[in-house]
Amino acid sequence: MTRAKLEEALLPPVVALLVALLVGDILILSFGQSPGAVYWQLLEGTWGNAYGFGQVLYKATTLTCTGLAVGLALRAGLFNIGAEGQLAAGGFAAALVGIALPAGIPSLVVLPLYVVASSLAGGIVGGIPGVLKARFGAHEVITTIMLNFVVLALLNYLISTRFKVHDTLHTAELKSGAVPRLSDVFPAFHGSAANAIVLLIAVVVVAAWWFLFRTRAGFELRAVGLQPEAAEYGGVSVGGVWWKAMALSGAIAGIGGLNYVLGYKRYYEEGFAAGAGFLGIAVALVGRNHPFGVVIAAILFATLSQGGLAVNALVPKQMVDVLQAVVIISMATAVPEVRRALASLRSREPGAGSREIAAVPETQP
Amino acid sequence: MIAFVAQTLRIAMPYLFASAGGVVSERAGLIGLTLEGYMLSAAFCAALGSYFGGGPWSGILAGVAGGALVGLLYGVCSIRYRANQVVVGIAINLLAIGLTRFLLRLTFDSSSNSPRIPGFTEHGTGLLALVTNPLAWLGVLSLPVVGWLLYRTAFGLRMQSVGEHPEAALSVGIPVNRVRWIAVALSGALSGLGGAYLALDQHQFTDQMTAGRGFIALAATIFGRWDPTRVSIACVLFAAAETLQIQLQGAQLIPSQFVEMIPYVLTIVALAGVVGRSVPPAALGRASQ
Repeated sequence: MTRAKLEEALLPPVVALLVALLVGDILILSFGQSPGAVYWQLLEGTWGNAYGFGQVLYKATTLTCTGLAVGLALRAGLFNIGAEGQLAAGGFAAALVGIALPAGIPSLVVLPLYVVASSLAGGIVGGIPGVLKARFGAHEVITTIMLNFVVLALLNYLISTRFKVHDTLHTAELKSGAVPRLSDVFPAFHGSAANAIVLLIAVVVVAAWWFLFRTRAGFELRAVGLQPEAAEYGGVSVGGVWWKAMALSGAIAGIGGLNYVLGYKRYYEEGFAAGAGFLGIAVALVGRNHPFGVVIAAILFATLSQGGLAVNALVPKQMVDVLQAVVIISMATAVPEVRRALASLRSREPGAGSREIAAVPETQP
Repeated sequence: MIAFVAQTLRIAMPYLFASAGGVVSERAGLIGLTLEGYMLSAAFCAALGSYFGGGPWSGILAGVAGGALVGLLYGVCSIRYRANQVVVGIAINLLAIGLTRFLLRLTFDSSSNSPRIPGFTEHGTGLLALVTNPLAWLGVLSLPVVGWLLYRTAFGLRMQSVGEHPEAALSVGIPVNRVRWIAVALSGALSGLGGAYLALDQHQFTDQMTAGRGFIALAATIFGRWDPTRVSIACVLFAAAETLQIQLQGAQLIPSQFVEMIPYVLTIVALAGVVGRSVPPAALGRASQ
């Protein structure tokens, strides 16, 4: 990565974090607390002990999936706002597999089934807006957001009428496919939700990177995202890339459902996906739509989420909801501004890399 | 029958206000994903205004101001800094949820709701309550007024051209960004009335009380093809479906979850153009240079 690219990638997140820190100061002071003490408590409660770190790891795993889903679609120039519904559908499909199959099947046989079921369900939910876009030109921002509500209502119907255990909002427990918790290996993590699904997701991240930057299909996807007309002229079927990218994006979000359903609770419960879809947009934005950047951003947002609980005794935990929103807004605002500022700065230097700046697509936020 | 009409109108009220805001925003080229955030912020401001200002009118003023202010924040990001409207729109909704929760703790020391606030209606929820509520009259008028603004005034024509082709508008001397600033503030204020209606009607602010109504209003805006008359019909249609479901709850003809889906499914179908294509303003979501 050249220095110019690095500057452009790193400046906006730094600006966004500084703005969030400043807003955080105001909120903390309004509650009569000392910002230093609250921020210290936030770090101490997340990275300062094994339980907190385990929780961060667990939350980052889900956010990596939704962030990667949003980021991959954005690489194709598409906005997937439906990650929440895709995540929920993936989790529900996994629960169905777990309920339907008898106990005692070896994990090695049944675990791939969970992966297939969750990615298939997420892929279908994500693929529908993709097909509608490719076939009818229906704008994916609106169709994904509307489909979110439809999917969540449908799942709510299925749970409340057929699958819930009496007096709860969750399904029966999965019968097969044990996934070790992190605390089984390291007792210090006791009580945290972190589990071995994190390894599966790590593989997904590397696979996504390989796909995007090392395969022909990934190249075509990025070409469509940069300039669809040019890609079409170069022989790429733009519509085909659109619906495949959306289906793949939905499948990645769907696999994220395994983290909760298979790795943590061992059942599907209403509302487990709430908010993870929208935060996925934030994660993709801060991670600059790069699989490895997404992981870093997911850890950042997971730290904020878990940190809210850690500081709840001092200031309301809702403070971090505000901070997360502030990070997104200032990041979205800083990206085009930094790009313009760097471009005008470089155009004054002889032989500068302003051409690279101009090549960044408009659709990329 | 009268009860049915009254309840339908009562449910439709926030949709009418917010989709009036949606039409104004989207016709000027700004995506209306923020309607939910406008309404929620305004509902909280209205509760504050009514509680501390001693009456519903100060609540309305505070709600309109709150909605317009959040609209201007959207304007700062998307007009001044040309940030991506989808990202900023989603973030503004998250901000509204977080900030109202935080301020609820700060001002009323509660994580769920405000204390009881004065409203207009002390006559229950029937037709009488509706006709004695000045906000309800404003609600019925909101979309027709937007229609008049859009089709019968010079400003409305400018707004349409800004939403369809900002570069062409600029070339004939229309101050594109100024038109968008006015539209975004107006959109926030109109949606703000919807939020104020909710808070005053329920005599309190509750956490996340808009519960997706801003997105139903956006659905109505799109399903009504950005035309105030059609959008009004869409709002009333969506509200009537909800009323029917509530009143038939005992009969269990259709599960409530399927009634909930109606606005969203209809919007997806409309966008896909199965029956009569729904075509958005051409420059929707695009910043002008």
